[in-house]
Amino acid sequence: MSAYEAVIGLEIHAELKTSSKMFCACDASFGGEPNSRTCPVCLGLPGVLPVLNRQAVVLATRLALALNCEIAPHSIFHRKNYFYPDMPKNFQISQYDLPLGVGGHLEVEADGESFRVGITRVHLEEDTGKTVHVSESGRIHGSEYSLEDFNRAGVPLLEIVTEPDIRTPEQARAFMQELKSIMEHLEVSDCRMEEGSLRCDANISLRPAGSTKLGVKTEVKNMNSFRALQRALAYEIERQEGVLESGGEVNQETRHWDADANVTTPLRTKEYAYDYRYFPEPDLVPLELDREFIASVEATLPELPAQRRRRLREDYGLPAHDAVILTSSKAMGDFYEAAVAAGADPKAASNWMMGELSAYLNAKGMEIEEVPVSPAQLAGMIKLVEKGTISGKIAKSVFEEMLESGRSAEEIVAERGLTQISDEGELDAVVGEVIKENASVVEDFRKGKEKAVSFLVGQVMRKTQGRANPQLVNDLLLRKLRGGD
Amino acid sequence: MDKLYAMKAWELKSLLERREVSAAEVLDSVLDRIVEVEGKVRSYITVTEEEARKAAAAADAARARGEDAGAAAGVPMAVKDVLCTRGVRTTCGSRMLENYLPVYDATVVGRLRAEGLTMVGKANMDEFAMGSSTENSAFFPTRNPWDLGRVPGGSSGGSAAAVAAGEAVWALGSDTGGSIRQPASFCGLVGLKPTYGLVSRYGLVAFASSLDQVGPIARDVRDCALLLSLLAGHDPLDSTSLPGEVPDYLAALGGGVRGLKVGVPRELVQEGLTAGVRESLENALRLLEEMGAEVSEASLPNLDYALSAYYIIAPAEASSNLARFDGVRYGLRVEGAADMLEMYGRTRAAGFGPEVKRRIMLGTYALSAGYYEAYYGQAQKVRTLIIMDFEEAFRRFDVLVSPTSPTPAFGLGEKVEDPLSMYLSDVCTIPVNLAGIPAVSIPCGLDEGLPVGLQIMGKVLDEANLLRVAHALEEALEFRAEPDPARGVGR
Ligand SMILES: [Zn+2]
Repeated sequence: MSAYEAVIGLEIHAELKTSSKMFCACDASFGGEPNSRTCPVCLGLPGVLPVLNRQAVVLATRLALALNCEIAPHSIFHRKNYFYPDMPKNFQISQYDLPLGVGGHLEVEADGESFRVGITRVHLEEDTGKTVHVSESGRIHGSEYSLEDFNRAGVPLLEIVTEPDIRTPEQARAFMQELKSIMEHLEVSDCRMEEGSLRCDANISLRPAGSTKLGVKTEVKNMNSFRALQRALAYEIERQEGVLESGGEVNQETRHWDADANVTTPLRTKEYAYDYRYFPEPDLVPLELDREFIASVEATLPELPAQRRRRLREDYGLPAHDAVILTSSKAMGDFYEAAVAAGADPKAASNWMMGELSAYLNAKGMEIEEVPVSPAQLAGMIKLVEKGTISGKIAKSVFEEMLESGRSAEEIVAERGLTQISDEGELDAVVGEVIKENASVVEDFRKGKEKAVSFLVGQVMRKTQGRANPQLVNDLLLRKLRGGD
Repeated sequence: MDKLYAMKAWELKSLLERREVSAAEVLDSVLDRIVEVEGKVRSYITVTEEEARKAAAAADAARARGEDAGAAAGVPMAVKDVLCTRGVRTTCGSRMLENYLPVYDATVVGRLRAEGLTMVGKANMDEFAMGSSTENSAFFPTRNPWDLGRVPGGSSGGSAAAVAAGEAVWALGSDTGGSIRQPASFCGLVGLKPTYGLVSRYGLVAFASSLDQVGPIARDVRDCALLLSLLAGHDPLDSTSLPGEVPDYLAALGGGVRGLKVGVPRELVQEGLTAGVRESLENALRLLEEMGAEVSEASLPNLDYALSAYYIIAPAEASSNLARFDGVRYGLRVEGAADMLEMYGRTRAAGFGPEVKRRIMLGTYALSAGYYEAYYGQAQKVRTLIIMDFEEAFRRFDVLVSPTSPTPAFGLGEKVEDPLSMYLSDVCTIPVNLAGIPAVSIPCGLDEGLPVGLQIMGKVLDEANLLRVAHALEEALEFRAEPDPARGVGR
């Protein structure tokens, strides 16, 4: 047990899944030729004015409600002023002292324990464009020139700020996973970290275990995956611990996670010493959200992961652990429920998804949406096992082939002749052969070594390429060995 | 018949509609006049002769086919160079945008195009509309057609001078602290600053977003009403644009002022008025009384702080609005910088003139951490108090009147070195922008041969009433003087 306790707060940015940008009609979806999804407004040309996208407000309200926030009946937008070439106006329209949602919380489960993270605020802002520095390193330093792509400029962003309620890197990861799953269930964001539609920075400090005073914090940026988040925080805890142990002081600074070197390095503090000169955006009117609007959004909230977990446990009798894994993404839960609806045994479907299917996805680095097997096909395979048409062992190889080819279990079993042999007459000869060929093992059994029979079952399975019904083989063997014939 | 370039828009419209003159003839008259006087007055940054000829030809063709050519067709207009015009250079009077070609039309320009706009040029202005004399144009100062040694006012000085000199029949200006009314006053014209939100700001290059409004500059109240009716109305591209139907401003004219309650804010008629301005004001008030209006003193107690509040709010917003001029995407870029920050610095140092830099620095300072509450926060509170002062006054009065400017046009170069005295020339017009209410300036007399303006202020969205009062007074005043820029003196 460490002498220190980590205090972690997260600041998350998620791009909202609106069809158009936050303040203009441009396509907000990811991709496109550089600067093909721009117009005078999102390019910040002289004379343009912003008009707020109502869909962004609906999506932001949806998430704020799901995070148990209070929705401000009156909120306003500010200008955050700073110069950067990826910001066409050299100010970002953002919410500041009157955000859309405040005072929420989220219950998260990690390692079988539940913990609560306070949500300080949820607010709306606009995204910036993207700068590409043209040089060998791709960094600004030493680059000859830089190119700007404004396709993302003006895409609506949600900023979610948590209270410093997180204590471990594992909790941080679990929180992010839960938040991602919630956003997917709500269909407010694509949550693709690799495309930058979900980003996360962390504030982290250490204090002596049991103390309530906060230590000096650092801000860690550039964590582009859940794994990076967990590893960066673990590194930063270790680093700060080292500093404190050696009698030093942690510098309040922003640090950059370098995923290749597995370290955080300080950013030049001067670059971030901005005075943003916030003031109310005069080109927008205050955002007034009345009770009817909030109620109408609330009425359309879908089932959230926590509710789904409870339902999976109650309706299907799944263990808590299964329910957590199956709701780790909306697609996972949807796949599972579709398989059960197609007739799969609930526990068997869960086992297959948490076992073979997850292993396959991990190995291939794929998302469940990309798998060629449909939930109905999984259900079909499980039914074949249940009916005894194929054995569990054969099923594994059938499933592997299904994942590769996208064909149904029935097709594969028929083509490869994998149907389980449950016919006594057919098995009788093989059993006889095995007894004859393994005289010494048979002798062991007769001397009372009961376990010897499983070796013999294995031999029968081998001779039948695994197709024999193992229970039937077992029965046959015992009958023959005991009966002496 | 009068010279065509000197006629009112409504007169020309009726001649054009009866096909007694052609749009081409009207335009020729104006273009000839430009050749005659532009060298002396210098109203325009860009003269758009070719575009104007096309528009006039289209208007004539439509009328020849018996079609409605549009309410602005064939009546030459000057457009302040702060309004974006697609494919036509829009400089804002700045080196920063010296060669900038907008890719879209401002909403007001688009609306006028749909009505047959015949734009003869983009009018000179103080750089980014910051100034009261048009001397802050990065290119050249414009001269007052009444006296070429004097300024036309600003920042819409080019628009006003063009109309006064016969280089356009009417014009578009923009008004952030008096930039339509003060030049209208200095040039003997009618200029109206609409209620904030009545006219779209989309495509108006922003100076101070919460104060800016586009409005008409014209030769009489009828032209002003006509042009306002073409500009006003909700624009979905401007979130601060007000919803609702636009009243018929022309129909409001001719109603008289009997029983009208007129207040004269004592804070606007104290010191600093020239004798000629005071005389003209008193004459106008007497005429109002003779026509049956009740004139009495009003008070707007917080007006003393208006100028200070304005010179915090406007520069603060400007410092942010002008941040986009950085050399990255459009406009001037100074080459040869070692890095991005140097490129920003050198571009902005070369692209902005001294007054623009002064206001960017003032505004940046006012918004800085630690100063925000003391400056910007305090200024917003003063603004609220001024709004309440006007609301209180309008409970007693239908309109408020004051001089538009404490003095008639001042001499070129007279105030350039003294920004504070320049700022003080807007003391009567600035409170109106802070309150967001409409006001119109009409000529009400001469002070040593120079026109004097009377400002009539009204309630929010009460433009029809303002125009009715302005029209009644215009008829009573019978202001007939005209400048003669070809000779360089008023007559
Ligand atoms: Zn756009």
